[in-house]
Amino acid sequence: MNNTEVQEKKSIPNFKIDLVNKRHQNGSLIPLLQTAQDSYGYIPEKIIYYISELVGIPAAEIYGVITFYSQFRLKPLGKNLIRICEGTACHVNGAKSILTALQDELGITVGETTDDGIFSLQSVACLGCCSLAPVVMINDATHGNLTMDKIKKILKKYKTEEKIRIAS
Amino acid sequence: MKKIKVGLGTCGISAGGELVFNKLKEEIKTKNLGIEVNETGCMGMCYEEALVEVVDDNDSFLYSNVTVDKVGRIVNEHLINNKPVIEWIIKSNEVSKEDDFLKNQKRIVLRNCGVIDPTSIDEYIEHNGYKALEKVLKNFSQQEVIDMIIKSGLRGRGGAGFTTGMKWKFANQEKSEKKYIVCNADEGDPGAFMDRSVLEGDPHSVLEGMMIAAYAIGSDEAYIYCRAEYPLAIKRLRTAIKQCESRGYLGKNILGSNFNFTIKIKEGAGAFVCGEETALMASVEGKRGVPRLRPPFPANKGLWGKPTNINNVETFANVPWIINNGWEKYSSLGTEKSKGTKVFALAGKIKRSGLAEVPMGMTINEIVFDLGGGIKNDKKFKAVQMGGPSGGCIPASMGDLKIDYDEIVRTGAIMGSGGLIVLDETTCMVDLARYFLNFTQNESCGKCTFCRVGTKRMLEILERITIGKGKENDVDILQDLASKITKNSLCGLGQSAPNPVLTTIKYFREEYEAHIRDKKCPAHNCSALIEYTIDEVNCKGCGLCIKACSSNAITGSKKAVHYINQELCIKCGRCFDVCNLDAVIKN
Ligand SMILES: Cc1cc2nc3c(=O)[nH]c(=O)nc-3n(C[C@H](O)[C@H](O)[C@H](O)COP(=O)(O)O)c2cc1C
Ligand code: SF4
Ligand code: SF4
Ligand code: FES
Ligand code: FES
Repeated sequence: MNNTEVQEKKSIPNFKIDLVNKRHQNGSLIPLLQTAQDSYGYIPEKIIYYISELVGIPAAEIYGVITFYSQFRLKPLGKNLIRICEGTACHVNGAKSILTALQDELGITVGETTDDGIFSLQSVACLGCCSLAPVVMINDATHGNLTMDKIKKILKKYKTEEKIRIAS
Repeated sequence: MKKIKVGLGTCGISAGGELVFNKLKEEIKTKNLGIEVNETGCMGMCYEEALVEVVDDNDSFLYSNVTVDKVGRIVNEHLINNKPVIEWIIKSNEVSKEDDFLKNQKRIVLRNCGVIDPTSIDEYIEHNGYKALEKVLKNFSQQEVIDMIIKSGLRGRGGAGFTTGMKWKFANQEKSEKKYIVCNADEGDPGAFMDRSVLEGDPHSVLEGMMIAAYAIGSDEAYIYCRAEYPLAIKRLRTAIKQCESRGYLGKNILGSNFNFTIKIKEGAGAFVCGEETALMASVEGKRGVPRLRPPFPANKGLWGKPTNINNVETFANVPWIINNGWEKYSSLGTEKSKGTKVFALAGKIKRSGLAEVPMGMTINEIVFDLGGGIKNDKKFKAVQMGGPSGGCIPASMGDLKIDYDEIVRTGAIMGSGGLIVLDETTCMVDLARYFLNFTQNESCGKCTFCRVGTKRMLEILERITIGKGKENDVDILQDLASKITKNSLCGLGQSAPNPVLTTIKYFREEYEAHIRDKKCPAHNCSALIEYTIDEVNCKGCGLCIKACSSNAITGSKKAVHYINQELCIKCGRCFDVCNLDAVIKN
């Protein structure tokens, strides 16, 4: 997710070129997986086999690397990515009640995506703006100094926007 | 000639700095003022963001809490009519509202943060940038550089505090065609953002430090291992590396010498254990980031089996300053065994949360009160947490403790990388221990049984204590497990995982006992152990709490005393927050 903010989204043909270019570099597996995730939003199974053939690492080993790192996903993300900070400053400033509110509103827990594919919920450690704790990031926007009511209002806004979009 | 700087570190952006930045640019353009607007990094005063500095020939005016709505007045009154909007200014020649925060700091690592534009190599060069590299390449042998760093007393800022110059010496002594430099920018402590701020605010100082290290050990290639969660830091590093390549600070025959050097970035993929040096190297090699036994140390056998020197971001950022100003000046700061300064990310229940760099030897009280302005909402200071999941809590009663690697270790905590979380009377120490254990338990790579299973057992015990199901001998079991985990874990993650529990037992044992014996949480934090009730005398029956309660647990007719049904109450505390008459009681 974060990478996409930095490197512009790559198209799939470009992705394949990128893969071929990177395969001979030392230690290229993780960057390859990061590129794959940037292109597809997650790492599809067929890509694991594709990469395996390309770099000559068994698919099982690649799978082991994917599951070791929390950055990698084997399933696509929802349209809006909600990241709740569970860093220490946010924890002592009440992140738990914000999480409860999010879970109540969305009906999912951390690591899940809503059935309609509109929201995904993830937790992260320190977003770097502890002075605004507790903090939630929705897509690229940071929301700080949250209370249970404030986060519910913010979610409502996103939900309404989504409804308007579907209606039009 | 006026110039404007807007703080666009992560926290500045979060506080709306980017909107302010764009608005300023737009206004200046439409009004044809021809004033330059630049971005800069973290100025340290994150609690005052968004920050805008207007610099003219004689003075600089720092505006705090700037919003888009305030831009118009600043432009009209200050930029056009030369009348600074005094009430919004916190610092200028005349105003010094935030002097307490600034005057006790000594900015070495943060020398350029919030001062220069991090995307401009020219500004870095104007501020003495790459002078140290030039000096080193022209005047000093590898041995001389290493000696200077040893004599400066600089110790690794990644947590363990190993003498940096000694590390360089070991890597230098290895005979090998290929050697690597690695910059550890994984910053795993979940309450810390020092390294990120340095990378975002002054990436060149880190690169310059790496170059000098590379020259000293005889390396021609480096990796920066940076958390993928730091997109802005990665972007700024990429820009900085490109600029260096085109200016000849990176590449072949740097500055006409025979020193060659390249730097690559590796993005981490979200695993705390990858901050550990051997796991980090495995991750750079594209494998699962699992630590391995040391020795061999990275200096002997590191990346791809080659001698490797790993240092932390802040460690590298100190190096150019030491070369430019002399080791004598550096080692004159600090205590006998901890020299120089330390950057802290102040957060938690502190009034001024932000980034502060202080000389070693400053006391905790001085940091929390003189610099940090004390505790938010005038609550009572309870403790500081240092070192994150590997560290511990130091109680307020030890506030006179000096910031010094060895003094802090004596308390059971560690200096760590610089996260300093301030806790007040409403923080439950058992819950905090549970929080950290939950973190390490999740992040254990699973290689060592004690780290994997032992932390799980400890976590289960802590969880049951916080819901009032603790058993009489739980504290003893925790201590026993802790010592076994410490002894039988391979890497620092496991070895230090029990620290948050051990220090809270050591200094706050009575809180554990209150949870276990009396089924009470003295800080009123653990929801299973608190009860909300309504005071019959204070309640005027306004109905605010009924509206606030999402569980329909409150009943009562208008102007009559309300009542909370304990069966339905989920202890969210909203009724407590909304009541204006202090009629809701938390117990
Ligand atoms: C679990 C664990 C996590 C660590 N995380 C970091 C980190 O995020 N950043 C860092 O610089 N050092 C971290 N370290 C310390 C590194 O292993 C290493 O000691 C350090 O990078 C050396 O640099 P220094 O000598 O400049 O401090 C960690 C160690 C352990 C055991
Ligand atoms: S101590 Fe824990 S994290 Fe470290 S190697 Fe062992 S299992 Fe892995
Ligand atoms: S604590 Fe929450 S659930 Fe309980 S009565 Fe108050 S508002 Fe309702
Ligand atoms: S702990 Fe949440 S932003 Fe730092
Ligand atoms: S990030 Fe803005 S002052 Fe710290």
